[in-house]
Amino acid sequence: MRLRDAVTAVRKTGDFTAIQQAIPYARFMGITAELIDGDVIGRMRYSDHLVGNASVPALHGGTLGALMESTAIFKLLWHGETTAVPKTINITVEYLRGARPEDVFARAEFTRHGRRVANVRVFAYQDDPERPAAVATAHFLLVQD
Amino acid sequence: MSDPFLPQKDEIRRRLEGRYVGAVPHNQALNLRVVDYMPEHLCLALPYREDLVGNPETGVLHGGCITSLIDATCGGAVIMSLAAPRRIATLDLRIDYVRPALPHQEVICDAHCYKVTRHVAFVRAAAHHGDKASPIATSSGTFIVFRDDGRRGEGGESQ
Repeated sequence: MRLRDAVTAVRKTGDFTAIQQAIPYARFMGITAELIDGDVIGRMRYSDHLVGNASVPALHGGTLGALMESTAIFKLLWHGETTAVPKTINITVEYLRGARPEDVFARAEFTRHGRRVANVRVFAYQDDPERPAAVATAHFLLVQD
Repeated sequence: MSDPFLPQKDEIRRRLEGRYVGAVPHNQALNLRVVDYMPEHLCLALPYREDLVGNPETGVLHGGCITSLIDATCGGAVIMSLAAPRRIATLDLRIDYVRPALPHQEVICDAHCYKVTRHVAFVRAAAHHGDKASPIATSSGTFIVFRDDGRRGEGGESQ
């Protein structure tokens, strides 16, 4: 399915599988999203290739950044008016504690969702949403169809 | 700039590829390759692959794997700056996407660790398609340097 068709399908069904299937990197990383209590929650399923430090062990910092950027984009697509994928202008990732080799979740908040630019804050966590492993702030350019 | 590593270059490259790229599962999953290194500098390449594409309509790599490339290169530049092997972890990493990446091209990251204090290292990096003067992304990051291996739980544990 084309990405734009997948976005349209997801807006109808709330099932993000179609978007994940349309994005090769999301499949490679095991990154998807689901609607929980009306909010878009990102999820990165644990896989051995996501590990950054095998001796601690801990997930690679880049994978947390990837999950948070993806979750922000999924939420923007869910709430957006167009099917065009938002373009990342910049992202700052802050690492707070090591992430264990288990599934990671992410929740995004729109600090500002304008017509052209969105400022999004994202929290990545494992057991406890109140104890994030990493947080990110990102700006996205919202391109029109 | 003269390269004081020149006599041992192949040996150091093998060590970097074995212990830094090869021993880090996610760096290996991305097939990261050591391009070059100098004291305080590291250059890694992320080969283009269809399964790393973020938008199939453009064929461009996903920002997430570029984040991993930049994080890995910056961390490696920190390791190249330390007198002794230390465990390090990313504190923060900022990435500005200054122009779109091109499809079907590998991404190269040059990182420079320009300052190391007792506990913290500061790094700047740029990702490009081969011309450093025309970057896709510019980046800056800070890393914690662990002096006591018993300490746990701070930062991103990316290395």
